[in-house]
Amino acid sequence: MRRGDRTLESVLKNEHRSDGQAFHEGFRDGIPIGLGYFAVAFALGVAARSAGLNPLQGFIASITCLASAGQYAGFTVIAARASYFEIAVITLVANARYLLMSTALSQKIDPKRSFLHRFGIAWFVTDEIFAIETRQKGYLNPFYTYGAGAFAAPMWATGTAIGILAGNLMPVRIVSALSVALFGMFLAVIIPPARGDRIILGLVAVSFAASYAASRLPWIGTMSSGTRIILLTVILAGVAAVLFPHPSEDMEEEESQ
Amino acid sequence: MNRNINLYILIMFAVSYTIRALPLTLIRGKIRSPFLQSFLYYVPYVTLAVMTFPAIIQSTQTPLSGLIALIAGVIAAWFGASLFQVASLCCVVVLIAEFIIL
Repeated sequence: MRRGDRTLESVLKNEHRSDGQAFHEGFRDGIPIGLGYFAVAFALGVAARSAGLNPLQGFIASITCLASAGQYAGFTVIAARASYFEIAVITLVANARYLLMSTALSQKIDPKRSFLHRFGIAWFVTDEIFAIETRQKGYLNPFYTYGAGAFAAPMWATGTAIGILAGNLMPVRIVSALSVALFGMFLAVIIPPARGDRIILGLVAVSFAASYAASRLPWIGTMSSGTRIILLTVILAGVAAVLFPHPSEDMEEEESQ
Repeated sequence: MNRNINLYILIMFAVSYTIRALPLTLIRGKIRSPFLQSFLYYVPYVTLAVMTFPAIIQSTQTPLSGLIALIAGVIAAWFGASLFQVASLCCVVVLIAEFIIL
């Protein structure tokens, strides 16, 4: 059913669908994200609890920050009662990859849309929501993002709060199984285009290999995973851009200037 | 030291939101450079691939169950399974694999 989405008619249909339809579609795509978030947030809740957060504080931290690694890093700082400066720096480093995602999204927004939507879309820049936004053809309808966020964000926050209350009660087998849901989603985003494009296929394979190698290398391996992701993304996407230029060919965006 | 948890959370929020909002609001026009266009085109594939592996084999109870989920997910996605189907398949595969292995 997904491959059907790649035909020309549906690309056009996508551009012309209503905001309500976009919201609905986003909500639907946000369901697997929300379920995965709920499971991961449980584990995060356990960390939040040991940092001294109560369930309400955990809920608020999660609904406002929407960042797994970033929040986890932040909670360890809170647990140590380290300086406010330190939590700012750690949050910046752990979340810096969102700068790249936000930059990519800035190119997908219809200039005819209200500027305010950019603030709304920014709220929901997460690895997973960015992944499904990537699959949207043409301009990104902001309501698609809101639909996904409307389910995923409360699940993330509720999962954190419940994790603080009862994180240790969830069976390990279930946590282990649910923990791969988000990776499964990433695969569903990157593999279908790789099938149709040898450059992307090669790039995905090289990224897997480089990421594995980097996690094993003595110097890079000890970096935080957030820093490693940025470093690898900048290097690999940069090399690919030099070797295989792929300037955007969207006809509609060309005239908007 | 006596520090306020709510203030920590506020700082976390301010920093995370600023990082996300700055490029979206500052870059309003179309990026013209062919290099940057190509770079941004490749960013999602690289960044999602890098986040998936090897993390997927480190998140499960045993690396093997994560590896099987990775292979199953790649095959399912290759043959056109939807987002939800791939995500659920990976979970089920881990659950079954760990019942057998552990």
